[in-house]
Amino acid sequence: MTTTAAARATSLATSASPIPVLEARGLVKRYGHVTALDGADFLLLPGEILAVIGDNGAGKSTLIKALSGAVIPDAGEILLDGKLVHFQSPLDARRQGIETVYQDLAVAPAMNIAENLFLGRELRRAGPLGSVLGMLDKRRMLSEATSHMQSLKIGIRSMKQAVETLSGGQRQGVAVARSAAFARHVVIMDEPTAALGVKEGNMVLELIRRVRDRGLPVILVSHNMPHVFEVADRIHIARLGKRSCVVNPKGISMSETVAVMTGARRPEDLPPEALA
Amino acid sequence: MASSSSTSSTVVGTAIPAPRIIDRLPPIGTLGPLVALAVACAFFASQTSRFLAGQNFSLILQQVMVVGVVAIGQTLVILTAGIDLSCGMLMALGSIVMTKFATDLGLDPYLAIGCGLLSSTAFGYLNGALITFVKLPPFIVTLGTLNIAFAVTQIYSQSQTVSDLPDPLLFFGRTFRVGETEVTYGTVLMLALYAVGWFVLRETAVGRHVYALGNNAEATRLMGIPTQRMLRGIYTVAGLLYGIAGLLIVARTGVGDPQAGQTDNLDSITAVVLGGTSLFGGRGAILGTLVGALIVGVFRNGLTLMGVASVYQILITGILVILAVATDQLSRRRG
Ligand SMILES: Nc1ncnc2c1ncn2[C@@H]1O[C@H](COP(=O)(O)OP(=O)(O)O)[C@@H](O)[C@H]1O
Ligand SMILES: [Mg+2]
Repeated sequence: MTTTAAARATSLATSASPIPVLEARGLVKRYGHVTALDGADFLLLPGEILAVIGDNGAGKSTLIKALSGAVIPDAGEILLDGKLVHFQSPLDARRQGIETVYQDLAVAPAMNIAENLFLGRELRRAGPLGSVLGMLDKRRMLSEATSHMQSLKIGIRSMKQAVETLSGGQRQGVAVARSAAFARHVVIMDEPTAALGVKEGNMVLELIRRVRDRGLPVILVSHNMPHVFEVADRIHIARLGKRSCVVNPKGISMSETVAVMTGARRPEDLPPEALA
Repeated sequence: MASSSSTSSTVVGTAIPAPRIIDRLPPIGTLGPLVALAVACAFFASQTSRFLAGQNFSLILQQVMVVGVVAIGQTLVILTAGIDLSCGMLMALGSIVMTKFATDLGLDPYLAIGCGLLSSTAFGYLNGALITFVKLPPFIVTLGTLNIAFAVTQIYSQSQTVSDLPDPLLFFGRTFRVGETEVTYGTVLMLALYAVGWFVLRETAVGRHVYALGNNAEATRLMGIPTQRMLRGIYTVAGLLYGIAGLLIVARTGVGDPQAGQTDNLDSITAVVLGGTSLFGGRGAILGTLVGALIVGVFRNGLTLMGVASVYQILITGILVILAVATDQLSRRRG
């Protein structure tokens, strides 16, 4: 798996710049007197894990929300596969294949895993039972949920288990699996390991890699530097509502990255191998 | 099976114990009400021989049918983590509109019934609109419409009972025979409505969305489900059900009574809670509500047959409600 990632990273470096999956130029978002985004740029390449880091208030969440349709920017443009898009709602973005794992997990605790995976995208039975009576195909949803969770190697025995009976890491697994199942373009994750212990955090990192290895690019918002350096192919540093720079985790240290993030060091002063 | 070349077996959750037997049993919330109903029936059967008669069961169903239908609407609302205090008054309003329209206005009885149903439904929509557009809490909204509907009913009827009703308004009070037992058409309608509610909530996407909405409204919205529109729809359908209950109470009593429905909000909430549905929303089942309504009906009936005064019946109902909520809470803490 690490070899795939490395191969992909070199192919990214050598090939003539591929069409970005998701790109944003000059995004502006104001809340009254507060400018959350002040001309932010963004670029996501095919098949990469792009970490987005930044101090509190740097505009990470607002950027992510603009990319996932939850916030409509005041100015700037967003391009998906090189084409201009205007998301009016999270549903809009999801229809275009952008799935988001929200920080507060967006699951229905009393409902079972299969129901959560298919929430809002339920499968109906074939024939008039489905088309006239609207009957759900519970059996198919259960079996598809099972095989999907198995393919991501999320070890949960029964898809009929209520989500509230799962551990924090397993719940995160369900949320990630749901996104991975339906995303055609991008998976966005906001602080997916923040609420987890060390062991479960590592399990989720592994899961993120697995999603990337299926060919889906992942945007990972995180405060956890070791996690970021462990999985990210590139690191987008947000600062004061803008993109400060994008660094290459293999060419820069954690402390230097934090220095750029906090403004203690200017991105212009970084050595060329540090930038990505 | 797995597309990845990794050697590690599972990513998340290697150490889950196999599900225990106790986890596979239906939660107490589902089974408890049925057991309670069975115990109550066994108890009253041992106390009085009249309890087990087929005709007595038919009577219990008739006594339960009005609040039973109201409680379907209440269940839908409570599943979304809401509450509807206006239900009994919307029912009374509907029954007064249909009886006055059919008698005073001399409207075609079926049209009059339609108008009655429509007035309850419109108030239901008003509940939903105030909750979703103005973002007011359901408790406050339905407390307000409770009073408005009550006042409208009193003003319009001048607090007078409406009698001499045409036949179609009384149809659901009529009976047919099953063997020895007389069954009212109203009972059949109530059971049919429960069957429809059960099917929709259990087997259709809309039904599952009702549960999701009560579980985590924000998550449901983020999954692209139009939660606000759904809420308006649910309060509106609840209003229609209260209108149908209005038709049933007219058929059962033979008159349009402006004083009807004053305890139906608490009675229906009692049935919902006894039936194992959580007042916090997102958990429960519609057939539980039917069982809950039957529990109340069986206790009232059995205690009456035993000659127990009605204040004691109310006392026992109160104890039952607290017991039901307590068992529910305890069963959730299990595991
Ligand atoms: N809905 C909002 N209303 C008002 N101010 C907001 C809102 N969302 C974000 N902000 C402000 O915009 C700035 C950037 O916020 P945010 O994008 O959440 O940053 P981050 O996620 O990097 O901490 C902050 O100053 C924050 O207070
Ligand atoms: Mg944030």
